[in-house]
Parts: sequence; structure tokens; C-alpha cells
Amino acid sequence: MSAHGLTDMSMIRNWSKTLLLTELRSGLAVTLRNMLRPKVTVRYPEEKTPQSPRFRGLHAQRRYPNGEERCIACKLCEAVCPALAITIESDMRDDGTRRTTRYDIDLFKCIYCGFCEEACPVDAIVETRIHEYHMENRGENIMTKDKLLAVGDRYEAMIAADKAADSQYR
Amino acid sequence: MREIESYTMNFGPQHPAAHGVLRLVLEMDGEVIYKADPHVGLLHRGTEKLAESKPYNQSIGYMDRLDYVSMMCNEHGYVMAIEKLLGLSVPIRAQYIRVLFDEATRILNHLMWLGAHGLDIGAMTMFLYCFREREDLMDAYEAVSGTRMHATYYRPGGVYRDLPLQMPQYKPSKWRNEKEVARLNEARRGSLLDFMWDFTERFPERIDEYETLLTDNRIWKQRTVNIGVVTPEEAMALGFTGPMLRGSGVEWDLRKKQPYEVYDQVKFDIPVGVNGDCYDRYLVRMEEMRQSNLIMRQCIEWLRDNPGPVMADDHKIVPPEREEMKDDMEALIHHFKLFTEGYTVPEGEAYAAVEAPKGEFGVYMISDGANKPFRVKVRAPGFAHIAAMDFMVRGHMLADVVAVIGTMDIVFGEIDR
Repeated sequence: MSAHGLTDMSMIRNWSKTLLLTELRSGLAVTLRNMLRPKVTVRYPEEKTPQSPRFRGLHAQRRYPNGEERCIACKLCEAVCPALAITIESDMRDDGTRRTTRYDIDLFKCIYCGFCEEACPVDAIVETRIHEYHMENRGENIMTKDKLLAVGDRYEAMIAADKAADSQYR
Repeated sequence: MREIESYTMNFGPQHPAAHGVLRLVLEMDGEVIYKADPHVGLLHRGTEKLAESKPYNQSIGYMDRLDYVSMMCNEHGYVMAIEKLLGLSVPIRAQYIRVLFDEATRILNHLMWLGAHGLDIGAMTMFLYCFREREDLMDAYEAVSGTRMHATYYRPGGVYRDLPLQMPQYKPSKWRNEKEVARLNEARRGSLLDFMWDFTERFPERIDEYETLLTDNRIWKQRTVNIGVVTPEEAMALGFTGPMLRGSGVEWDLRKKQPYEVYDQVKFDIPVGVNGDCYDRYLVRMEEMRQSNLIMRQCIEWLRDNPGPVMADDHKIVPPEREEMKDDMEALIHHFKLFTEGYTVPEGEAYAAVEAPKGEFGVYMISDGANKPFRVKVRAPGFAHIAAMDFMVRGHMLADVVAVIGTMDIVFGEIDR
């Protein structure tokens, strides 16, 4: 027995392992194995990773198939928004229905929790799977009603498909 | 010439090894540290105070952002405190889902820790390998909640939605043909549970790979063995929890000692260290990942066989399902009440703690009977750990500070709150 409580044999073994760099060699073997494996990265933006239909990205406002906007200014989303990112003003429209005159979402305040979508009783405000957007000027972070409706009009097919896919769980 | 005895060095808050915004004021004698003074508060966002001004449910999303690498565990502590005050019971399936995702979160957190710890002390590749595996769990997060990190998935009374039966698929592009896409989609053909099952099949092999790279590696051992040694008594006196405590050899795990949800139904072991140094804590966390993998497998098996509700059936607290809400007047009233003023919680106080990846994450909540908490106090494990910074690095070299920060698994979101 040596001073370290090891037998002479195991000391020799340890010593030869140190000398032969065994653990470093086996580590390098792992690296080499991984070099030969198929790559796990994707070539964004030509190629994208899959996205769940539940994805919570940029907001949109939807319309009914007849073109009428869904939002009835019940202000549930405004009430439930934890970040106070939504501002709504409403008034009576000429045909006597209650509509929003102002519907702003501040994207800098929004924490993308999805509560507005959960709260909406008419499925008007939704969070789409769009996550690649940017702002160039100050003030563009405010999604006004027009902008929200425009996003909704443009991506209605995608939004409807996502909501249909998830409707059985909600 | 006057001899310089010691000098003060500022470490961080912009130091890449400072894990965010840690500012350490080090008093050094040459390379040796004889005092370390951690300054906290640079990431303070007032989450506790913020929670006092919002109905209970609205703060769930802010809990994700405390310890932002173990998101669902923080939510878990918060919703458990509310459930305790309400006396609300959670459906068994929701409990299994919570345990499943708590363990997935533990793996996510430990992978992040391993990658960052490795990167800090010279094992660059680990970071890349860890992120490869994290990606799968992130996809699971996204499939279930809609976001890869800040899930807002747990709710008082259960979880928001059941696990999806389909996984999103890769699509062919100009870079990948059908065959390659089929290979990528192989794990995604079934439900989310199948996807996670596939992950648990592969993952132990990956841990073996990490261990091949690190466990016997002489550089790794030189940087971690006998660094930041904490004896069991000291660890307890310093208020350590989680792997920091278990690394010193104290067998303490809330999942075993005061089982919550269904942790008493699943089989797993708690790994403990012997020497209480950085190396032992590394070994403990590696073994914890294996154990989490086992727990995940048990949960997946149970969840496959036992469909059922994932939310409590009390519409005074839990909003009704959408279809019901659109048909039924009473359900609509509940929906409006819950999304405007929320629910009121009976007067009282409660402390609920979960074994988060970093240690005991507890939420102490006082209710005065209103629809928002009177006071929320978050017990973050990292805060007790960073308080021991001075104790752990005293007498070590400057380079060891980085190893100690790494081993503490510091995330400033929860420390500064």
C-alpha cells in the first residue's frame, strides 16, 4: 500500500493512464463521432424548425367570414393583460353596434403570455405563429387596430388552421 | 517604494463568466482572494411587489421570468401556494403532467448549467452538445404551451391544456430532401408523449457522452476537485438546498422529504456527494439528470394509459372550456368574472415549496381575502447560494471564482427577482 491508500498495481495503472492520455483520447473520440453524425442545425431562414400550432407570437385581429370584425370591445383582454399592454377605446358605430375606436397593443410591454387570446369570447384577438418581425422607427411597436386587422386578413388561413388544430384542447 | 498589499478588483457585471449581471468586488492578494463581496440587485424587477397589484393568475407569467432556465418549476411553486390557500385539489393527470414537466425542466436547467459551467472553465464543446439536447425539450415546451421558454402553462387547479396528440413536422426545403426530412420527423410522428419518450430513450447515452468528455478529464478535475469545499454542517448553516446541499452529502430533497404532486408514486433515487467540492456537485447534477430521465419515463407511461381532465372542475376558480363558454350563459358569466377580477382567495397564509433544479423554490403568500395577494415572498435558492460566495472562494485563486460561480448555478432572475 502506498501513501494514498492505493495498491501499487492501481498506482501503476493510474500512472500509465495519465501518461497515455486515455481520458483525453476517449474525449476526442466523442468529438470525432459527433463530427460524422448528421448535423442538427438548420439553414435558417430558408429552412425552419417546426412550430407548434399553439405558438404565441405576433398578435392579430380576426374577422368573421363576411368581413365583419370580430372584436366587440368587451375589454376582457385589456382587463386580463398582466403587462397592461392593451389600450381600448370604444364607441357606438353608425349601425348601432359596439366597436372599438382604438385598439392598441404595445409590443414592447407585451410578455406574450397568451391571456388575451384565452380571454377573448369571440376569438378576435389571437397570437399568431409569426415571430419574425421588426420595427425600424419609434412608435412602430404600437400595433394599432388597423395593423392588427391587416395581419389578421393576411394570415387568416394560417390562423384558422392553427386554432382549429388546437380547439379540441381548449 | 511602497509595497502594495492587496488590491480590489471588480468582477462583472459585464463579465461573460458572471452569468448575467453578477458584480463581485474581490479583494485580492496577488492571485489569491481573501474577500469576495457579491453585489446583487442589478436585475431587480420587483416581481414580488408587482404580484400584489394583479389578480392571482396574472402573475403566473412573471414567475417564469424569475429563474428563466427552470421556468415551469417556478410556476409550480406559485400555483401550489395558491392551491394551498384555496384548498383546491388538482386532477391526477394534471399532477403527472406537472411532474413530467418539472423533470423536463430539471434536465433543461442542468443542461444549461453544464454547458455554461463547462464553457466557463474551458470545456467549450459541452455547450454545443447540451444545447442540442435542450432543443428537444424546448420543442416539448413549445408543443405544450406555445412558447419555448416562458410557458405560462401551470394554472391553479391544473394545467392549461392537455398534451397535444400531434407534433409539428419538419418540411422539405431546398436544403433537405424528403428522405432527410423523414429522418428528422421520425421522432415526431406520434404524440408529444411519444416525442418525449423518444428523448428519454436517447438521453442516457448522451449523458454518457458528456461524462466521457468531462468526468475523468484531467483538466476538468484540476479545475473542480477540492474547489469550493463545503462540509455538510456548513452547507446546512449557509442555507443551501438542492444539488449544492446534496453535493456536500446531506440527503435532502423535497421530492422525497415532503412529496408534492405524485412524487411519492414514482421511483427515483437522490444522489449525494461525499467531499462537497465542485466536482462532487457536478457528479450529483449528472446523476440527477439520469434520475429525472427515469421519472419522465414513468410519468409518460402513466399518462399514456390514463386520459382524463387536466383542470379542476370548479368554475369559481377555473375558467370554463371555450365551447361551454360560448353556449352557456352561466359559463360566460364565470368567464367574464374570472378574466376581469379573477377569484378571491380566503384569508390566510401559505408556504409552498418545490424542489426546483437549483434547490428549494418556495412561495410564501398572504391573502387578505381579496382577488390579489396581500404579499408574495419568493424564496429563491440561488440567493442563499450566492450569499456563500465569500465563504466558498476565500483563499482560492481568481480563476476558481469562475468555477464556484458555475457550480452555484446562479441565475440572476431569481436572485434579484
